[in-house]
Amino acid sequence: MNSAIEVTGLHKSFGRTHALDGLDLTVARGEVHGFLGPNGAGKSTTIRVLLGLLRADGGEARLLGGDPWRDAVRLHSRLAYVPGDVTLWRNLSGGEVIDLLGRLRGGLDEGRKQELLRRFELDPTKKGRTYSKGNRQKVALVAALASDAELLILDEPTSGLDPLMEEVFRECVTEERDRGRTVLLSSHILSEVEALCDRVSIIRGGRTVETGTLAELRHLTRTSITAELAGPPNGLARLPGVHDLDVRGNRVKLQVDTDQLDAVLRQISESGVRGLNCAPPTLEELFLRHYQSEAVAR
Amino acid sequence: MNDLTGTGTLLRLALRRDRVMIPAWVLPLGLLVIATRTTISGLYPTGAGRAALAASMATNGSLRALYGPVYDTGIGGLTAWRMGSTGPALAGLMALLLVVRHTREEEEAGRLELVGAGAVGRRAPLAASLITGFGASLVLAVFITLGLLAQGAAGALALGLAFGGAGCVFAAVAAVTAQLTETARAARGIAGALLGVGYLLRATGDAAGPGGPGWVGWLSPLGWAERLRPYADERWWVLALFAGSALILVATAHALVARRDLDAGLLPSRPGPQGAGRRLAGVYGLAWRLQRGALYGWAFGYAAAGLVLGAITKGAADLGNGNRTVADEINNLGGTHNLVDSFLAAMISFLGMLAAVYVVQAVLRLRGEESGGRAEPVLATAVGRIRWAAAHLVVATAGSAALLTVGGIALGIGYGATVGDVSGQLPRMAGAGLVQLPAVLFVAASAVLIFGAAPRMAMASWSVASVTLAIGLYGPLLKLSQWALDLSAFAHLPKVPSAPVTAAPLVWLTALAAVLTAAGLVAFRRRDLG
Ligand SMILES: Nc1ncnc2c1ncn2[C@@H]1O[C@H](COP(=O)(O)OP(=O)(O)OP(=O)(O)O)[C@@H](O)[C@H]1O
Ligand SMILES: [Mg+2]
Repeated sequence: MNSAIEVTGLHKSFGRTHALDGLDLTVARGEVHGFLGPNGAGKSTTIRVLLGLLRADGGEARLLGGDPWRDAVRLHSRLAYVPGDVTLWRNLSGGEVIDLLGRLRGGLDEGRKQELLRRFELDPTKKGRTYSKGNRQKVALVAALASDAELLILDEPTSGLDPLMEEVFRECVTEERDRGRTVLLSSHILSEVEALCDRVSIIRGGRTVETGTLAELRHLTRTSITAELAGPPNGLARLPGVHDLDVRGNRVKLQVDTDQLDAVLRQISESGVRGLNCAPPTLEELFLRHYQSEAVAR
Repeated sequence: MNDLTGTGTLLRLALRRDRVMIPAWVLPLGLLVIATRTTISGLYPTGAGRAALAASMATNGSLRALYGPVYDTGIGGLTAWRMGSTGPALAGLMALLLVVRHTREEEEAGRLELVGAGAVGRRAPLAASLITGFGASLVLAVFITLGLLAQGAAGALALGLAFGGAGCVFAAVAAVTAQLTETARAARGIAGALLGVGYLLRATGDAAGPGGPGWVGWLSPLGWAERLRPYADERWWVLALFAGSALILVATAHALVARRDLDAGLLPSRPGPQGAGRRLAGVYGLAWRLQRGALYGWAFGYAAAGLVLGAITKGAADLGNGNRTVADEINNLGGTHNLVDSFLAAMISFLGMLAAVYVVQAVLRLRGEESGGRAEPVLATAVGRIRWAAAHLVVATAGSAALLTVGGIALGIGYGATVGDVSGQLPRMAGAGLVQLPAVLFVAASAVLIFGAAPRMAMASWSVASVTLAIGLYGPLLKLSQWALDLSAFAHLPKVPSAPVTAAPLVWLTALAAVLTAAGLVAFRRRDLG
């Protein structure tokens, strides 16, 4: 039993909307797992199924070795959750909410709470209604991070944080990982995912389209090449992994899958290279590609 | 762009959102007035019969407190008498709910911010919601006027305007309270409390005999509604009181809105504690914390209403045995022979039916927490759904029991003080109050079932409470058939203290409530949250 989360072929519809359409997700124990996808891809829905708040229509979901629907209460004492949209009780102070959620989960570390309050520069005496969006998120974050849960489920936890606080958040998650905790982090912020995550799953339209370590994903990225050649290029179009080929006389522009780079460069150099510009692969480009093809598909 | 830019757009939005809510208030209220007219002409066809009814009313403070004085014994006059005391209060309730809904509630939900960023002046939302509240009140006025036209145009118009005027004043009251507080709940609470005070002032003023404090009725817009005297030589100048006070309140609300920031109220909010106290330790602590404010408010209202109703009870005895009509009237409401006890039973039953309103709002907290996204973080901790729901239901049940006890005790003190028997009346009436609990629990259980099985329709729970209340208040007068009266759980309760306590109905009502609650909770455990 190595995986903290194991989801296969998950289905969930709301009326006519198929929010989840055969989603797979595996999160190993002790890893920080990035969970990405465009708006409406089904990230929050997956998380809410994992929390037993929604009931799946089909597929298999295991959480910490248990069934997220039937064993919800037992499992919840071992995890902490930060919702994407934090709403607080208007007349409870932030400190009260943190303590309350901690007690409901079965205890929280008072020293760690104080430390987190200080690091996140959060005033716990304010009432729920007077917190800004970012500060509401900090309340939920402090409550989650101060717990001794073995699994943290964070749904876009930094969407309201300023860059300084985002930095604090990254430090905290790194510390959590070093303590051996598992983190499922849904996010739209690429740099955050690159900085924190061991592995990533990208979903789209309720389906998993890509999953793997960051290195594996980098492998899926494309390098863009612009070359000035001695003669007209030949045979490039036939090579596997070449995209967006644009030939103008002796000038050639193309994108190439990183794993085909070698073959393509060899082919180019056959025509004699006068000038070469190579843009390194970025994850951003990969993500955008997945996000965009979603827009195209719709 | 001036302060009022965009009022028209917001108004259309409000009317679109209220296309069910406004008719759902206006139609039943208007039809109730028309049905009352029909019933009265059926029950008291002759002038002599109506005169006898009126004569008995004049001597009885208690009935005057409930229904106000009879100014005229025509069919129209008696309709105005019967509807003119509670009807305008209901119109006021409608208007204040509408205005808070479009002002503070929108602001609290953050939707006003979205709207405010568009081409909308800062006073436009207030103006649009006031127009909505005034408009609904005036539509009701027109409806009633048209419905009673056959009884004489002037009286019909006056009664319509009594409703409409009260509606407009409480729309304006709500416009002010919505500026003062930060939450819609508090804005509704303060405006509702003012409505309650207005009702009690009117009742006290009406109950006062010659030389008594009859003038206090003039302090209440609900008293004005009556003193407009529809069908009895209408005093049209009273309309100026409505118009003047509404104008002053509207101006106040507009001045306040110009002075404050979006989202802020004028009543200051203080910082809270660093951390949770020992009592905020679990779901019960949380449910109590969230519900106690409303309960305190209700308890205060129960204490006040109980004392006033108790104090005027003795008047029912002054009636003597000679008057058949009034005796029938009271007995219709409360049961058998002893008129004082019948009256007390009617009042206890009235307090019980109001507790049904309390319990519906307390149960609907569950839905509010759920749809507001505040249930999610709690249910993501080691708290099961049933336990979470049970905590709120225990608070709702205990709260209802507490209200009924407080109401009973206050009634006992109020009545006991007038007959010098507080020690005897207090426990008797407290017990009578608690007898109402099974029916209250039945209404609560219906709400739980709707919440569990059809959460999107949770608001329909209100109709259970209002049907119960309407049947209880108007059923006997409208001579509804028995099966219709039986729709109200309260119809099955023993009419204590005028009738002995019988255990059977209490047991089966409680059992039924338990079954419905269990069914609701099972359905809740099986469904999606959201
Ligand atoms: N309670 C609901 N009722 C109906 N449709 C829903 C409900 N919850 C989610 N959906 C739909 O399911 C789909 C997935 O939504 P979800 O919230 O999981 O997306 P997400 O990936 O979290 O998006 P975002 O990045 O915007 O947070 C969307 O099309 C959404 O409209
Ligand atoms: Mg989401």
